[in-house]
Amino acid sequence: MSEKLSIDWIRCDAHGLCAELLPERISLDDWGYPIIDDTKLTPQLRAHAARAAAQCPLLALRLVRAAA
Amino acid sequence: MTAATGRDATTLPRLLGGLGGHDGLRTLERHLDHHGEQPVRAEPGRPDQALLDEVRASGLGGRGGAMFPVSRKIDAVLSQRGRPVVVINAAEGEPPSRKDHVLMRGAPHLIIDGAVVCAALVGAREATIAVEHSSRREYRALEDAVRERTAQAHDDGVEIRLQTVPDGFIVGEERALIDALNGGPGKPTHAPPRPFEKGFGGAPTLVQNAETAAQLALIARYGAGWFRSLGTDDEPGSALVTLSGAVARPGVYEIPIGASLQDLLVAAGGLAAPVQAYLIGGYIGTWIGARDAEGLVLSNAALRPFGAALGARAIVALPETACGVAETARVAGYMSDQSAGQCGPCLLGLDAIAGGMERLARGDGSQLRDIHRWLGLVAGRGECRHPDGAAKLIGSALSVFQDEIARHVHERKCTGDGTSVLPIPAYSRAGRRP
Repeated sequence: MSEKLSIDWIRCDAHGLCAELLPERISLDDWGYPIIDDTKLTPQLRAHAARAAAQCPLLALRLVRAAA
Repeated sequence: MTAATGRDATTLPRLLGGLGGHDGLRTLERHLDHHGEQPVRAEPGRPDQALLDEVRASGLGGRGGAMFPVSRKIDAVLSQRGRPVVVINAAEGEPPSRKDHVLMRGAPHLIIDGAVVCAALVGAREATIAVEHSSRREYRALEDAVRERTAQAHDDGVEIRLQTVPDGFIVGEERALIDALNGGPGKPTHAPPRPFEKGFGGAPTLVQNAETAAQLALIARYGAGWFRSLGTDDEPGSALVTLSGAVARPGVYEIPIGASLQDLLVAAGGLAAPVQAYLIGGYIGTWIGARDAEGLVLSNAALRPFGAALGARAIVALPETACGVAETARVAGYMSDQSAGQCGPCLLGLDAIAGGMERLARGDGSQLRDIHRWLGLVAGRGECRHPDGAAKLIGSALSVFQDEIARHVHERKCTGDGTSVLPIPAYSRAGRRP
């Protein structure tokens, strides 16, 4: 089962931690909100993505099942 | 007038039939005289399968703007456990749209019939019609209609309730509406759960627009074949359009989907002045230049190549004497002001874009490139589609009005005569800007 990153925009408050923990897939826009490359996560990146999601202070970043 | 008028398949008006007079079909007697008796009674806990088959066959798409298949929404509600409820969305937050207002005032019983049909379709015991706070006359018309039905012991098998919600653009969004009805601030909530899963009062909720309800009221009477005899195969039926701007008779019109813009303009008495562009689909819509609009067909399939959609079918004819840049800047300010403020890219992005557009309208093009970039940064990055819609409208303005933009930036000139065409509601701070 493949997973991808998803943001709860209502929760997200532009702390920006995710972009530091997963720069391969997350950058920040002009206002500090994450821009996500939501293509399928490689196994190598999956662990980093899970850590970024767990570290989000507002639990706004999540790993969700990617549509088949 | 007899009930037969409504049955004549190819004749319009359908929804607007009998609304010519002062009070339209406000009384139950006149309503029944024109449309005939509603054949459907709701039975709580027992969804009407035959009726659902008819609705499915009709191919009716939601008339709030998304054209989402009504039968699929019903299927979704029926797939849930728990007793469903019905919410009729009559919170017409789109400023250039007046179709639901016209229906509420002139044909409140048709909307109530539709609410009953919705209740029958999902086996609901109650249906709530949600009306914007400022729609006082419309609320009163519905209230009178509900009272009259009660007084005449008109048996619908369902309790019809009315509830007001705060004024605003965003409250018409389905989840925001449910949030308002549930006593919240009227902002979109994170999905899931969606209203069909957990909506009004926590119940599985069927939400349908007021015009959709009225269409259902007629489908219940005359059937799917009758409904499909107008419109296109993929987008069957008639639809209400609010036409305003430089036309002889602005107002709400009923068209078969797939009608030409030209026919609509003729119905409205023609243009009142030369027109430079048309806004199609309200404030989440698309500007189309007058030349491209020649021969324009009003269906989503025909509008798709223009990047446009019918939306709630608010159409504004922008006269050559107005400035498309200034008009769009005002709407950008309004749409920014109407952000629920929950999602950063919408709150901050639309504010930045609105500021850039205001500068542009004053002849300062220093942020033009940023505006283009920001438009790409707000779309698809929010809990609801509010930023997407605003970005689409503004993006189309940048392309349709590029000559005017160049005049503003390079010659510091504006061809507009200072009049405002697009309405900004008084409740919005954007409307109070100098």
